[in-house]
Amino acid sequence: MTILVLAEHDNASLKLDTAKAVSAAVAIGGDVHVLVAGSDCAAAVTAAQALTGVSKVLVADNAVYQAQLAENLSQLVVNLAGDYEHIISAASSVGKDTLPRVAALLDVAQISEVIEVVSTDTFVRPVYAGSALATVQSLDAVKVLTVRTSAFDAATNDGSAEAVMVDFVATAAAEFVSQTLTESERPELGSAGVIVSGGRGMGSGENFAILEALADKLTAAVGASRAAVDAGFVPNDLQVGQTGKIVAPDLYIAVGISGAIQHLAGMKDSKVIVAINKDPEAPIFQVADYGLEADLFEAIPELTNLL
Amino acid sequence: MKVLVPVKRVVDANVKVRVNADNTNVDTANLKMALNPFCEIAVEEAVRLKEAGSVTEIVVVTIGAKNAQEQLRTSMALGADRAIHVLTDDELVPLSIAKILKAVQEKEQAELVIFGKQSIDGDNNQTGQMLAALTNMPQATFASELTLTADSAEVTREIDGGLQTIKMPLPAVVTVDLRLNEPRYASLPNIMKAKRKPLETLSIDDLGVSLKAHQTIIKVTPPAERKAGIMVNSVAELVEKLKNEAKVI
Repeated sequence: MTILVLAEHDNASLKLDTAKAVSAAVAIGGDVHVLVAGSDCAAAVTAAQALTGVSKVLVADNAVYQAQLAENLSQLVVNLAGDYEHIISAASSVGKDTLPRVAALLDVAQISEVIEVVSTDTFVRPVYAGSALATVQSLDAVKVLTVRTSAFDAATNDGSAEAVMVDFVATAAAEFVSQTLTESERPELGSAGVIVSGGRGMGSGENFAILEALADKLTAAVGASRAAVDAGFVPNDLQVGQTGKIVAPDLYIAVGISGAIQHLAGMKDSKVIVAINKDPEAPIFQVADYGLEADLFEAIPELTNLL
Repeated sequence: MKVLVPVKRVVDANVKVRVNADNTNVDTANLKMALNPFCEIAVEEAVRLKEAGSVTEIVVVTIGAKNAQEQLRTSMALGADRAIHVLTDDELVPLSIAKILKAVQEKEQAELVIFGKQSIDGDNNQTGQMLAALTNMPQATFASELTLTADSAEVTREIDGGLQTIKMPLPAVVTVDLRLNEPRYASLPNIMKAKRKPLETLSIDDLGVSLKAHQTIIKVTPPAERKAGIMVNSVAELVEKLKNEAKVI
């Protein structure tokens, strides 16, 4: 059995998501190949070759894959699909964009956001914002899966896979226009060990400065609830929840967040949850390991000082 | 230009669902149902495009049981012109839904298909991408901004780490994200008017679509309960617990 993992990268570096998707592939068992499709992506290829458990890295290095558009990426994967029983990617924005297209072209269903591998054809995935876990058996010849990276540990880096060039060049009707990435020196939300998140209770974007000060003390990433994003306090790529990022850090500190179902869906698998809220009835306290009923504008600076 | 908007009836976003007693599915009997929030945003966008003069007709389509007509009426009260209901009592995987929508699209020849990015019940995030693949249309997923010209669409997408803008020729598929717009409420006169708007009912056979089985749900279980937490009385106590009890800082 051979498994193809679509690498997540920005041409210059391989994202940790790939190492986690490789872990899911290793859990299924078999020969694991990683496809790195991009433009001038040699550094990402080298990083992929080092992932433990990977036996081959397929390299499609061409300007057409620069922006990793779903249209040409899916044609590339389908072109390679004949050799594989499983096609996997992280449930990242590229994976979620591309893999359903691959699945439909192969006339197979996709299983999204897998959190557990039961056997080679059976997987567990959350539904209804994580209110239930469905164990799903695939009846298709090729299993197309996206995996929830917060549910898998990253593969380590002592492999030495061979790299093989792929010549297939696919075209896309869509064209890349521009990209704006949020600049941040803090760890990425998806891979941070500690996350400090703010909600509507923060009151304004300026007030996030006190969370950032706390985050810097803890080397934490900063997250947010949908309310904080909708109010314009922070950019939307910081949103944690059912439709934002799904995270599972060692420590998640929810500040001024009430704890709606949709937010809990994104963080309730964190190892330790701390809630700081002035409303003792806030639902967030029901999932928190440690709750503090307090005014965040007093509690957060005090917490920062004590660390 | 004609726009096709596929919509879905789902359990209301504010309702907490529970797994049924025999662990075969979630228990949705007697729960409040609603239009999937992302579908609402898709309908709203189509209506705004029509108000701006770049769209002439909005057709909404749903695939599901008889009562899904309520959500088609809601969509028409929000501004859609007519509705298509593909009647089936089966729960279909996104690929099967996409195949049915392909047949509807071939019938309607819409220049633009606007979807929600995911339904809040299945959380699949697949159907729009799959329709685009089956019809060989370009796609722009997770849209937070959409600009139309006569023969192209420019779309700003929410991606991990920021925003990306792409441009694609029509016909095309767009799936919408939360930030695209703020959906309006249906007014009472518009709810009354929507009752008289055309609603066509079709069967999967009428559309000439043949489907196959792709998955078996083996069981549905509740997620592990977290063990009850404690309330601390001060910031100092919190720091002490995190250091010495939880050992996370």
